[in-house]
Amino acid sequence: MSETHAETTRFVRTEMLAEQEPPITEKGIVKWIRENLFSGWLNVILTVLSLFVIYWVLAALVPWLANSVWTTGSLAECREVLAEKGLNSHGGACFSVITERWPQLIFGFYPPELYWRPIVAFVIFLLGIAPVLFQSMPRQALWGSLAAPFLVYWMIWGGSLWGPIITAAGFGVGALAFVFIGKAAGNILGTISAILLPILFWLFLTGPIVAGLSGAIPLEITKVESNDIGGFMLALIIGISGIILSLPLGILLALGRQSHLFIINKVSVAFIEVIRGVPLIVWLFTASLLLNYFLPPGTNFDLMLRVIIMVTLFASAYIAEVVRGGLAALPKGQYEAADALGLDYAKSMRLIILPQALKISIPGIVNTFIGLFKDTTLVVFIGLLDPIGLSNAIRATTEWNGIYWELFIFIGLMFFIFCYSMSRYSIFLEKKLQREHR
Amino acid sequence: MKKSVFLGALTVAGLAAGAAAAGTLDDVKARGTLNCGVTTGLVGFAAPDANGEWQGFDVGVCRAVAAAVLGDPSAVEFVPTTGQTRFTALASGEIDLLARNTTWTFSRDVDLKFEFVGINYYDGQGFMVPRELGVSSAKDLDGATVCIQTGTTTELNLADFFRTNNISYEPVPIETNAEAQQQYLAGACDVYTTDASGLAATRATFENPADHAILPEIISKEPLGPLVRHGDNEWGDVARWTLNALIAAEELGVTSANVEELAAGTNNPEINRMLGTEGELGAMLGLDAEWAKRAIMAGGNYGELFETHIGENTPIGLARGLNAQWTEGGLIYAPPFR
Repeated sequence: MSETHAETTRFVRTEMLAEQEPPITEKGIVKWIRENLFSGWLNVILTVLSLFVIYWVLAALVPWLANSVWTTGSLAECREVLAEKGLNSHGGACFSVITERWPQLIFGFYPPELYWRPIVAFVIFLLGIAPVLFQSMPRQALWGSLAAPFLVYWMIWGGSLWGPIITAAGFGVGALAFVFIGKAAGNILGTISAILLPILFWLFLTGPIVAGLSGAIPLEITKVESNDIGGFMLALIIGISGIILSLPLGILLALGRQSHLFIINKVSVAFIEVIRGVPLIVWLFTASLLLNYFLPPGTNFDLMLRVIIMVTLFASAYIAEVVRGGLAALPKGQYEAADALGLDYAKSMRLIILPQALKISIPGIVNTFIGLFKDTTLVVFIGLLDPIGLSNAIRATTEWNGIYWELFIFIGLMFFIFCYSMSRYSIFLEKKLQREHR
Repeated sequence: MKKSVFLGALTVAGLAAGAAAAGTLDDVKARGTLNCGVTTGLVGFAAPDANGEWQGFDVGVCRAVAAAVLGDPSAVEFVPTTGQTRFTALASGEIDLLARNTTWTFSRDVDLKFEFVGINYYDGQGFMVPRELGVSSAKDLDGATVCIQTGTTTELNLADFFRTNNISYEPVPIETNAEAQQQYLAGACDVYTTDASGLAATRATFENPADHAILPEIISKEPLGPLVRHGDNEWGDVARWTLNALIAAEELGVTSANVEELAAGTNNPEINRMLGTEGELGAMLGLDAEWAKRAIMAGGNYGELFETHIGENTPIGLARGLNAQWTEGGLIYAPPFR
């Protein structure tokens, strides 16, 4: 308030006006609806149509779910219960089949008194994978991640603990060979011996050592045959093994395809094209049928292992192409910069090229993994009882013959949970690794 | 045909490789379990119950053989097989016995080199139609869409039948019986054709079974039986005579309830020979004297197995029909135990 204008100013408001409510049409839900749903005659029509469709779906679905029956012992009983309520058999869902059979859908024919073992195995898996997935975990925990696969195997299949321990020791043999022979005789010999020595170790030494150690200190738990494993456990074992094994293999193949070394390049190209050019179902049939004829009679090469190998090879060919896309997307300058720094091939890949290429490839890689996980249901065609196979087997009992939707909804929901979490993780990772300023 | 020649060639390769192995009987005894191939699920014939135990008419054969050979009807490793994988699984030695409602045909026996050890169910292919279609004979089905399971003999029979009668049809290929049920109920096809036992089992699960008719024509012979590989006759004999023991037991009135009592000795020499109180039939098979007794105790004689799993008191409700004993007008007949 300066005094200069004291006389010319007739009226000056000395206090702020209180904030007013915006008009009802310009705020909150009404505004949102007006702007988004009823902003023009076309949108009005579309909104009304959509509302009608939503109502139509819910009107069928909600009573079906609300009237669902959870406690009967067979489809016929379930229909009776529904009839007592005055409904026909489509009036309510018979989720009793899930109540009765869910342990089977989850674990297959795994012995019920041992159900704790796959659960422990799953927890070990989660603990093992956490440090790999989240960088905020302590880095020392990665050593635990290395041990996790062997513990998981032991928990699920049982037998002697010495088997997995000595198998793991084979990798130790390889690492030692790489370090010491590599130092003494050069890199190439070191690499070759790091591959050959563990194989020889597994072929000739593992059996006697395990037998000897189990004789001395038996660390046995009940053995469970692969045949008894089914349901989601089977899907998870095949899916997770495939995912974990195919990523490194796929990266190697992608690098091989980019390599200037003639043989490595051509072998990688041939492998990728052959594996990718044939449908997965054909590879599964090959695993289950043809291999039997080529293996010496009497060798009982576990069918699940054969399937895991085929699924892994199949997925790794796809991963290789996804990673190659990432490699191709890097500007040439990055490669030249790595060379200019004087890094050798391994270091330039590890420190400069792959971190960038893999980051670009994340959506593609996760996409392949989700596809791989869902493709595990194809094993139903070679007689393995995965969730879909079990749903057929469950329908083949006189109690549940003729039930479809309830089983498929349950299976679909379970698959959705797994695939959706993978997709969420991929988005989390992309956000975390975001470096560009857009 | 080409497919079967190919499969046959593979089988020969498998057999040539397998010939060096020891006899299946010794393998099974050494292993302590019988690897028995069953279907991945067929109502009444094989399906896992809520506890994961396999149950059914075909499963009963597996259990009887396991009881005869190993003394324990639960010493069976059931290997679920599909229509496509069953023969390779047997030829390659992955399973010892295939009890999976498999039709005994010339080419399977001769070309694929298998040995059918007998017939445990006489089936025939039939047609099911909704009553509202107003069809009373399969010959009225000109131009119909037919749901048909692929990779089975029914597919070939169907083609033969329609060609012989000079009428046309449109096949709707499907993979499993369960899928067929759904497709048929959804109206994807006018007619569903499969073995008559399967039709009855399928119809029993419908909400309104009376709305669907099974046509009178049976267009094929489908003798279903367990089978083993060619070239191991000792093992084939064990499987064959275990099945025959179940059949003869019904004829002779030996049931799971009274077998214990009859095994003490009767005045019927054939029962005595079968149950091991007279003669050395067990030793001739390479088994002990009580093999047949254990096989019968596993799940009952042939008639008991039939009644428990697919007979008239079950939801499937199949009449004995052709599968009655020969003394009662059926075809079930076991050679003498002598």
